[in-house]
Amino acid sequence: MIEFINFISNLAMPLIILIIVIYGFIEKKEVFDKFIEGAKDGIKIVINIFPTLIGLFLAVGALRSSGIIDIAIKLIDPILHLVNFPSEIMPLAILRPISGSSSIAIATDIMKTFGVDSQIGIMASVIMGATETTLYTIAVYSSSVKIKKTRFVLIAALTADIVGIITSIVVCRFLS
Amino acid sequence: MLNLVWPIFIIISFAYAIFSGNLENLNTSIFESVENAVNLSITMLGTMCLWSGIIHIANNTRIIQAIHKLLKPVIHFLFPEIKENKKAQNEISMNMVANILGLGNAATPLGLKAMETLQKDNKNKKELSNSMIMLIVLNTASIQIIPTTIIAIRSSLGSENPTSIIFPVWIATICAGVAGITITKLFIKYSNKREKT
Repeated sequence: MIEFINFISNLAMPLIILIIVIYGFIEKKEVFDKFIEGAKDGIKIVINIFPTLIGLFLAVGALRSSGIIDIAIKLIDPILHLVNFPSEIMPLAILRPISGSSSIAIATDIMKTFGVDSQIGIMASVIMGATETTLYTIAVYSSSVKIKKTRFVLIAALTADIVGIITSIVVCRFLS
Repeated sequence: MLNLVWPIFIIISFAYAIFSGNLENLNTSIFESVENAVNLSITMLGTMCLWSGIIHIANNTRIIQAIHKLLKPVIHFLFPEIKENKKAQNEISMNMVANILGLGNAATPLGLKAMETLQKDNKNKKELSNSMIMLIVLNTASIQIIPTTIIAIRSSLGSENPTSIIFPVWIATICAGVAGITITKLFIKYSNKREKT
């Protein structure tokens, strides 16, 4: 099973590139010229989002290293007990929408501590698989077109995250 | 949004670090964060140029029309405001395909290309349009067939069954996606009503 999935996921990217290049070639397009033209656009997009990345990483790094997250978790803990939310998962749930690399680190840590196949370990895995780094995605997408007024996107995306996290926990409890 | 979130993050964490005597960690993290952002941007420069180039080839062939045809009903439902904008629809289809196949580093460049195209048609250039918001929400919902990253982590940690999470991930992703799409649609309906009155 794992070999097959590895094969499929390794196949996806080369296959897409191959099909597109073959199509262009058969239809007698100037494939390389088109590639270069398009690739130039990529530079502009990265330059647009670079300042945003610096700002975002600075704020998220400070949030993590200052220890304020631990305080926040301690404050919410009593409420979590009330609704039967596993408190081991809380650091992950808080950091997941904010930072991709630190949520991977935390999820790995949870899996090591509680066992990768334990209920908590599986919950952490499912949350990682089912959600994205919301804040980062919103910041990168809006700054790439230099938009500051983001209207209701944060609320909508965070609602999706919360639903995703809660479903992950419920499904894992149900399955084991 | 970031004009509110960013200063709050900075103020509470810097102030807390000063009062709790955690300054050494904070200093290290400032340098590390900036360095990480540079590293990510350089990696991103590569994938962004690669996929922008590939999509540009695809845009000039008939394959993009085939993919677009396949996803047309979904796109028309989610993005009713861009029925005339073929280019944006094509780029959104490619972004969806990359997301579903779990190609995170291809999905972002393709999504950003679509943002660029959507911005050209945007009436108020300073605000996200309804279609842009839907695109962002879809991209934060992480809709994919195989969650490869987490499977790799699980198998590196010696899990007996690293792929056992696939089915639960599907359920959670679908619920999150449906919730995101529903709330976005509701907000759009509400803001359209407010504009009319």
